[in-house]
Amino acid sequence: MKQITKAMMLVAVLGVAACTNANRFDNDFDAGAGAGTGVAVPGSADDPTSVAHFQQRVGDRVLFAVDQSNLSPEGQTVLAGQAAWLLRNSDYLAIIEGHADEQGTRQYNLALGARRANAVMEYLVAQGVPQSRLKFVSYGKERPIEICSQEACYAQNRRAVTIISAGLTG
Amino acid sequence: MTHRLMQLVLAAMMALVHVSATAAPLRIEITEGVVEPLPFALPVFVPESPQAAELAQQVSRVVAQDLIGTGLFREIPSDAHISRVSSFGAPVAFADWKAINAQALITGAVGTDGAGRLTVKFRAWDVFAGTELVPGQQFASSEDGWRRLAHKVADQVYSSLTGETPYFDSRVVFVSETGPKNKREKRLAIMDYDGSNVQYLTDSSAIVLAPRFSPSGDRVLYTSYASGFPRVHVLTVGDVRSRVLQSNEGVMSFAPRFSPDGRTVVYSLTQGSNTDIWAMDVASGATRRMTNSPAIETAPSYSPDGSQIVFESDRSGSQQLYIMSAAGGDARRISFGQSGRYGTPVWSPRGDLIAFTKQNAGRFHIGVMRTDGSEERLLTASFLDEGPSWAPNGRVLMFARETQGAQGASALYSVDVSGRNLKRVRTPAGGSDPSWGPLQ
Repeated sequence: MKQITKAMMLVAVLGVAACTNANRFDNDFDAGAGAGTGVAVPGSADDPTSVAHFQQRVGDRVLFAVDQSNLSPEGQTVLAGQAAWLLRNSDYLAIIEGHADEQGTRQYNLALGARRANAVMEYLVAQGVPQSRLKFVSYGKERPIEICSQEACYAQNRRAVTIISAGLTG
Repeated sequence: MTHRLMQLVLAAMMALVHVSATAAPLRIEITEGVVEPLPFALPVFVPESPQAAELAQQVSRVVAQDLIGTGLFREIPSDAHISRVSSFGAPVAFADWKAINAQALITGAVGTDGAGRLTVKFRAWDVFAGTELVPGQQFASSEDGWRRLAHKVADQVYSSLTGETPYFDSRVVFVSETGPKNKREKRLAIMDYDGSNVQYLTDSSAIVLAPRFSPSGDRVLYTSYASGFPRVHVLTVGDVRSRVLQSNEGVMSFAPRFSPDGRTVVYSLTQGSNTDIWAMDVASGATRRMTNSPAIETAPSYSPDGSQIVFESDRSGSQQLYIMSAAGGDARRISFGQSGRYGTPVWSPRGDLIAFTKQNAGRFHIGVMRTDGSEERLLTASFLDEGPSWAPNGRVLMFARETQGAQGASALYSVDVSGRNLKRVRTPAGGSDPSWGPLQ
């Protein structure tokens, strides 16, 4: 990840933590952590406005079948949660990174990763997230997270990850 | 005289290949089974002054290694030589070379002028016929160009004995790789075809992919993530300066290649979910759409006469090879294997074959087929072979082989178009995406 994106994320997380107040949690209609259990630590995964919450509770990624870019029902559920979070936390932009496993040639995998990222982006847009807040990129097979050359690892690599970054507003 | 010698070498080259229309009018003897490399002797080139002694050794080794590396020649080591060659102009004692079965003899001399200038002279002999293979020649350069002079000598001998055009005096641009699969660092590098003289053209701060030489070898196209998105860049080799070639917002560009006249770049452009092939006029920057299909179109490669482009597309439902006019438009499919997927097509500089990566039943292969898709032959098989690139004479392919698992790494290999002589091309670190440049 580019240094600038990391820095922006850090600023975003700290910024949100700084201007959070307890009342925000009363409006949390995200089922699960935080609701009714007292004030969550700002910026932690229990804080529904935090990026950590997006990554760990909402889910920042969906997986794909071999050679496919269509979203599974599980994937659509995760993306519905992503869209809801993005709509509630409208200061953020997102870039969707598409990936492929190593079982393919380099250029084709770049294009396949793009199909996957684009499928996620279009779903988020269909859920009401403004296109202007979204971008996508493909890394093809260049950035695997699991490296065991078996299906268990390949399945984790065939993914589209939504990366949150701070926007220009707020 | 050289006819018989040439037949022996051609028999070695062609043993496993169907006889197809070649340019050579010679009768070719196909020998089944054992392929016997041609034995040659290359006594150390004579240094014309004591200062040239080390260079003479080095030049001699590179000439011999070029020939041996083709798999068509076998060197008779110097400790078996009966004669010594102490003077370049002395008459050849053919009986001494016949006695050790050296069918070809290469002699030479190396001189330096003390001011950084180097000359290499050579003569090559058909020992049993007692005649010269090629007229003796002399090459000159600055001293640091000694490898190129050696390659030029070897190229002359190779061409005269095989009837093929030369290829040793050439360079390869590739991606140098270090680190594990999940933390792979990539940078552009350039080297002599034999792995020597590696120089780095970029650092590893951004992912770089699939560099491609221009037809004259002066520029390299490549894809870089420096902006955070894959974009086509062009780099001038001489001063190692880069510029972005395609920079429109909201799109990805990759898989670039030059046309044979160096004036057009074809590449893939991704907009939304779709990837199509576009062409850009290098001088004006004007772009033109070449394919218009909702499928993935990528990896375009021109025919050597510039009139056609081979590329891969999954418009049929799976990755296959197609050929279209260089003006774009309708394309005809050329890959029709019973199973498997085809990608990364590259048109041979001889125009006769298209090399490709084939993926079938969990294995990867480098293969070749005729331009109408017939006579498909797979030359290699492994966990992951991909991305072939042709030597300038269309006889050898270089490609990348990645090994499996967490310890896996990518390395460069080469193989003869007959499928013989598969071997590793040693690079300082791992390597991928080779692009073989023109004869210099």
